[in-house]
Parts: sequence; structure tokens; C-alpha cells
Amino acid sequence: MSPRTGILETAAPTATALDARVVEIGGVPIALRTRSLRFARMVEERYAGFVTRNEIRSGTIQFDIELLDSAPSVVNENDELQDDALQEDDLEVTFESGLWRMCRGDFSAEWDPVIGQGRIRQAMNPYSLDSVLRIVHSLVLARRGEFLVHAASVILRGRAVLFAGVSGAGKTTISRLAPADATLLTDEISYVRKSAKGYAAHGTPFTGELARLGAHCSAPLSALYLLRQGPENRIDEIDPALATQALLRNILFFARNAELVQSIFEGACEFVHRVPVRQLTFRKDASVWELLA
Amino acid sequence: MSATYIARSSAIASRVLAGETMVMSVVDSTFFTLNESASAIWRAADGITPLHEIVARDVCCEFEVPIEEALTDAHEFVRQLSAHGILQVSDQPILPTAAAAPGAP
Repeated sequence: MSPRTGILETAAPTATALDARVVEIGGVPIALRTRSLRFARMVEERYAGFVTRNEIRSGTIQFDIELLDSAPSVVNENDELQDDALQEDDLEVTFESGLWRMCRGDFSAEWDPVIGQGRIRQAMNPYSLDSVLRIVHSLVLARRGEFLVHAASVILRGRAVLFAGVSGAGKTTISRLAPADATLLTDEISYVRKSAKGYAAHGTPFTGELARLGAHCSAPLSALYLLRQGPENRIDEIDPALATQALLRNILFFARNAELVQSIFEGACEFVHRVPVRQLTFRKDASVWELLA
Repeated sequence: MSATYIARSSAIASRVLAGETMVMSVVDSTFFTLNESASAIWRAADGITPLHEIVARDVCCEFEVPIEEALTDAHEFVRQLSAHGILQVSDQPILPTAAAAPGAP
């Protein structure tokens, strides 16, 4: 039996037997089907505000969840609260015979992007699922020149701003310092899509140290700031090549796939061409937001 | 000393932005930003023109650099990019089928 046939058989419509929860992030719905009501409830809690409906409409990516009694867990609760919940050391993402295969110590998954169906094998925890969702979203976006990026994002007066940086750069800090009328989209992983007039940032449930889910909404993107903490608040111009390189360093992408890497490169270049990218040096107090106002 | 021929690999993505050439390997995602003289060599890397001719024609004349110095820098540049599969290097002309398509950036 070919792997593709296996997926088709297991993912055939048996909605009455499986409890589905649809998690929609960035306008991309992913249905998670499980026989475990406990798992379904865990999904509702973990992605509260992003579980849009239980109906599976056309175009919805579908995953059947196969729960394992025990899987080697490489992510414990404390680790999850660190900046990068998705540990990449032992992660493998490959494309073979029409299937994306994702494998890490605590989960394995496969997904057929043509029929939009797949299967996840994991134990009862939200961390493995979180990782699979990030990978699948990154694959969906890459082909379109869109991306997930290590960045906080905030909406202020109807426009979104991204703050990119590695762990410790200040994504959570600047999110925490945001004015009361700002809407937090995420303090960890931003979701960037093209829009009619440029780019838009969408809220995500992927949290950093703030451990607060982003708002499920989007706004036109006005700027990307590369974060650096310093003794004063300052915005500096940045060379486009350096901006592109910095953006590429922060984009989440896990597959060694030449076609998609090319697409991401082109997407990053296009982004830098159309969206102002600046270096933001900031003090750890709310005064930085006066500079951004 | 035999001639060196260089050709752009097809397994790369490249773009010119604000006068600088950015090149990335789609195999290992290594990223290079090429300055003006490196960009000149990159553009001329057709697999047919020997490296020393490219350097003499596109670097020494354009940027007024002594040939010995320019050649040393060019060989180092070629070594770095070829190590990541971004440039193909040979002591024989490189056939067009193995190199990037004509007109590639």
C-alpha cells in the first residue's frame, strides 16, 4: 500500500465518528479530527478564539489525530514557555511521493498538499500539535511568498507593526509595553500575508513568554522593525540587503526544499521592497511607543 | 597555469536590490551579499569566459584595481561561493546545460 493510499483511506469522510475542531489562523482553516473528546477540548482551550467552527468547508486542510498512549516527550511544560517552543534540533520535514512528512521525537505527521489531508500521531499534549500547525502553515505560506516570522506584532490605530528578533531581542518586552489601546497579534510568531494593497499581519495563537494568545484579526502592515535593546530609543535606516538577510534569518521554515526556499527568498525580497524595514533600538520602558506613534 | 571557468549554479535564488546582488543557495540557504566588483564577476560567470578575462575586463578596468590584487580577491570569492554550490568551477569551459540559463540574474 502506498503512503498516499493509506492517507486517503484513513481520512475518508467519517465525521460522525470523529470529533472535529477547526483552527483557523491567517485565514487558513485546519480541521483536527479526533475520537478523543478530551483532545478536542484541549484544542478548544489551547486555540481559544481561533477555533472558528466545527464544519469542514471546501478548502479546509484536514488532519486525523492518532493519539499514542505514550510518546517520548522532548518538550515539557517549562520548555514550552521559553521563546522557541518549536525545537528544531531533531525535526525532519521532507517531501516524498507527494507527501510532506514531519517527524520529531514527540510526533510524526504526514500531509498530502494536493488533497489537503493528513494524519498526526502524537501523545495527549498541545505542544506537539502546536509544532505541526506551525510547520503546515509555513509550508502553505511559502509557496505564496508569505511567511511566519519570529516577530511580535501589534495593531495600533488600524495599522500593524512587526517587531522581529531572535530570543532575547525584546519581542515580549515591547509587546508588554504596548499602549492600552493597542491590539496584540502575537508576542512570538507573526503571520504575514499579501493583501490587495501590500501586506497584512494576522493574529496567531503562538505565544512567547507573555503566554497570551493574539487577537484573531488582521490589519495592513506599515513597518517591520528589527529589535535591539539599547540606552536610548532610536530608529535607523537599514540597507535593503541587510534587511532581507535579517528577515530571512527570522522566517520560520523547516523543510529543505529548493523550490520553497526559492519562493521564500523571492517573498522576502518583495517584502523588503514594499514594506519599510528599520532597526529599532529601544529602552525597556514605554517611551519607545512615543517614538512609534 | 590553466584557466578557471565559472558558471552560476541553477540551485540558487538571486535578486538585485538597491544596487547590491543578493544570492542564496536553495540547498543550504547560505546567503551572500555581493559588492559591485563581485556582482560584476557574478554577472559575467557564463561558464565560457575565463575568470582572468572577466577580472581584467569587468573589475580592473571598471574599478581601477591592479590585476594581481583583483585576481587574488576573485579566486577567494569563487572559492567561497563554490564551497556552497553557488558557483560551478572548472578548468574547462562549462557547458550551458550544466550552468544557469543564459540571461539568468
